Amino acid sequence: MTDQNTSVGSTLTVQRVRSGLARRYRLERWFRRFGMMAVALGLSFVLVLFASIGSNGISAFHQGYVRLDITLDEKTLDPAGSRDPEVIGKASYRTLVRDTLFDQFPEVTSRSDKRELTGLLSNGADFMVRDQVMENPGLVGTTHSFWVPVDDEIDMLMKGYIDRNVPEADRRVSDRMIGWVDQLEKGGYLESRFNTLFFTNGDSRDAELAGVRGALAGSMLTLVVTLLLSFPIGVATAVYLEEMAPKNRITDFIEVNINNLAAVPSIVFGLLGLAVFINFFGMPRSAPLVGGLVLTLMTLPTIIIASRAALKAVPPSIRQAALAVGASPLQTITHHVLPLALPGMLTGTIIGMAQALGETAPLLMIGMIAFIVDVPQTVTDPSTVLPVQIFLWADAPERAFVEKTSAAIMVLLGFLALMNIVAVLLRKRFETRW
Amino acid sequence: MQISTLTLIVLAASAVAFYLGKRRALNLVAGQGGPRSLHSMPGFYGAWTALWAAVPALVVLVSWVFLEPLILRALLVSSLPQDIQSLDPDRLGLLLNDIRNLAQGNIVSGEITAVQQSAADHYRHFISLSRLSMVVVCLALSVLALAFGWSKVSPTLRARNRVESFVKVVLILCSSIAILTTVGIVLSVLFESLRFFDRVSVSEFLLGLTWSPQTAIRADQVGSSGAFGAVPLFTGTLLVSSIAMFVAVPIGLMSAIFLAEYSSPRVRATAKPLLELLAGIPTVVYGFFAALVVAPWLRGLGDSSGVDVASDSALAAGVVMGVMIIPFISSLSDDVINSVPQSLRDGSLALGATRSETVIKVVLPAALPGIVGSVLLAVSRAIGETMIVVMAAGLAANLTANPLQSVTTVTVQIVTLLTGDQEFDSAKTLAAFALGLVLFVGTLGLNIIALYVVRKYREQYD
Repeated sequence: MTDQNTSVGSTLTVQRVRSGLARRYRLERWFRRFGMMAVALGLSFVLVLFASIGSNGISAFHQGYVRLDITLDEKTLDPAGSRDPEVIGKASYRTLVRDTLFDQFPEVTSRSDKRELTGLLSNGADFMVRDQVMENPGLVGTTHSFWVPVDDEIDMLMKGYIDRNVPEADRRVSDRMIGWVDQLEKGGYLESRFNTLFFTNGDSRDAELAGVRGALAGSMLTLVVTLLLSFPIGVATAVYLEEMAPKNRITDFIEVNINNLAAVPSIVFGLLGLAVFINFFGMPRSAPLVGGLVLTLMTLPTIIIASRAALKAVPPSIRQAALAVGASPLQTITHHVLPLALPGMLTGTIIGMAQALGETAPLLMIGMIAFIVDVPQTVTDPSTVLPVQIFLWADAPERAFVEKTSAAIMVLLGFLALMNIVAVLLRKRFETRW
Repeated sequence: MQISTLTLIVLAASAVAFYLGKRRALNLVAGQGGPRSLHSMPGFYGAWTALWAAVPALVVLVSWVFLEPLILRALLVSSLPQDIQSLDPDRLGLLLNDIRNLAQGNIVSGEITAVQQSAADHYRHFISLSRLSMVVVCLALSVLALAFGWSKVSPTLRARNRVESFVKVVLILCSSIAILTTVGIVLSVLFESLRFFDRVSVSEFLLGLTWSPQTAIRADQVGSSGAFGAVPLFTGTLLVSSIAMFVAVPIGLMSAIFLAEYSSPRVRATAKPLLELLAGIPTVVYGFFAALVVAPWLRGLGDSSGVDVASDSALAAGVVMGVMIIPFISSLSDDVINSVPQSLRDGSLALGATRSETVIKVVLPAALPGIVGSVLLAVSRAIGETMIVVMAAGLAANLTANPLQSVTTVTVQIVTLLTGDQEFDSAKTLAAFALGLVLFVGTLGLNIIALYVVRKYREQYD
């Protein structure tokens, strides 16, 4: 009786389970699909981000150049025939460059047309011609072909970003300019070249002359200050907390502080830098020194936490062995523990530096947002950094700055990738499993 | 002499001192038993003298650099005629600047008066005197201290203990920088906020509904008394952050579940670092992406479907911020899910549950506190995020819950108020510090709660 009952009961259960199985398996499949979709979505974000930056920025590495066959008349440039660069540099290259261009288009006569025609050239064209002649005084008295960059709007036209079918009033380049450009192109006077200016120039209001060198130098100076301060301080803090500190309230308090600082929004560090370093200590604005100090405070928690993890990974047996043969606690640390923990600490430091390199917000607070053309030489020179340069260019209205911004982002991401690869390699190379 | 050169000279003296101290220690015991009869290893005697040669001189040097401007200023003011000394501080400051520029040969504002010229000469004299005495004092101190340390070297000197306790003090000082930073943040933000709350009451700031931080520069200006009701900023911040969370939490959590419970090790090994790439991208890049790609796309989408989308809508900034936060949630949740004991899963699977049922009914409840903690950390990250909103969200302080409209956030306003020209006594600039205080307290609170939740959870399975 009882046997039969249970078997009836169990068949019922089995039936109930079976009837629900299809639904449950369907749910299972959906759940799995959702998971896959989430991962795919995340990865597609990565892809879209890189693709859009890449497709926008790749064209900035090329720049349109126009060939000008300039007759460098000795009478106007160097009447005394001294070939002294000082003398040669004083002539008006602006007229020289313009006249060459006007000679090429004899049909252009009126003043306003001539002004439009000179609009083809970059504002920096005359200076570039001058610099080349000054560098090479032997050119005086000859006719030399100079390649000078075209104006950024013309560059956009050459790259196909300006739609020729749009009504003339709606685009920045007039029909006549397009005609001139086509004429030059046909004559072989226009050429797209690798944009070295982008890497050798500082910032500029003219998109075709703007480069990342100043921002890169500023970033490097800032990072040097950050590294010099945060690495020793971070390692010292980690060593003290991990190896020497007694377990008491004060050390607990320090630890809580470090963990909280790691999560404080970066802009708050900017407020600190503004109020303390600039207003209280009177340090110079816009200087890599102050930027480095602020970023030091910001990256310290990262470095300390990574360094402590590296110290924790060194097995106690190493310490005990050193102590057993008579080393003092400090000798144990400096001779045995630190060398073993150093790769881990360096990895953490590199990651902290990468964070500092990409940081923008706190630097805006301490005035590193100024428009600075010169390349900074020392840590107290006013300067800007690469992420801030990106921010500034992203705000610029000219179409050409879109590709400049994307290209600057590519440079920044390149450096970040490099730092992270070094960190990974370092970890791989020196990782020890105890 | 440059400060850097002086520092290098002091460091060189310290290196020489190391050699001298070590040699003296060895010489003292040369006849009687050699190095073994020394208390410490010879290098410690070297380090002892080296520290004496470097530390006092460097301490003096650093304090000189910090105090010099203050003392010079006081000297300069006292050398000025009485009627100039009694000028109000602002005008005095301007005058002092002129004198300083004059002394350094820079451009000066306005005509140079005889008083200024003589003051500038005085100032130049002070500077050269100060620099000269700095060099003399530092070098003399370095040499004297070296001699003192050197004379102290004897076989019984506990050099190792002395040097080690010095190192320990340095380590402790380094560790206290973390505390100093926190104190600095709190003080700088709090101090300026209190000045702000002198002008604008706390209740008006926290409860007011209009934000328009334009204050009159001159007393006779019309219509710019400024309104400092920060509620629209708070709601804007919350709106953008919640959009970010709507994007990040489902994607991040489902990715974590898939990578932890379903995917093969190979998929996991490639997908996880790729997803974490998103965390390594600087926020300014996300901001550019939001402003250049996402916002126009959303606007176009709105145009084609007849919905009015602002070009700096909260949605664009929120979605991109969500993308940025995905890796935080996914990797933190991944850790938490992985730390749920395998026995729980095995038990559930053995009872006949499918994998998804195991995840939903067993793994997730067990991991819930950790996941909540990671979401809270992500929220605090979203609230404090600056560049994305600065570049993609608007400046208009609209009090709205419509994600298609333009809103502004706390961080955007801090950046707007503090970039460009600023005077430090206007309510406008001080308001930024009050907002900073709110931001600091808010994120700190979230972090403390999150860490508490995570820690409490961890104890359960350890």
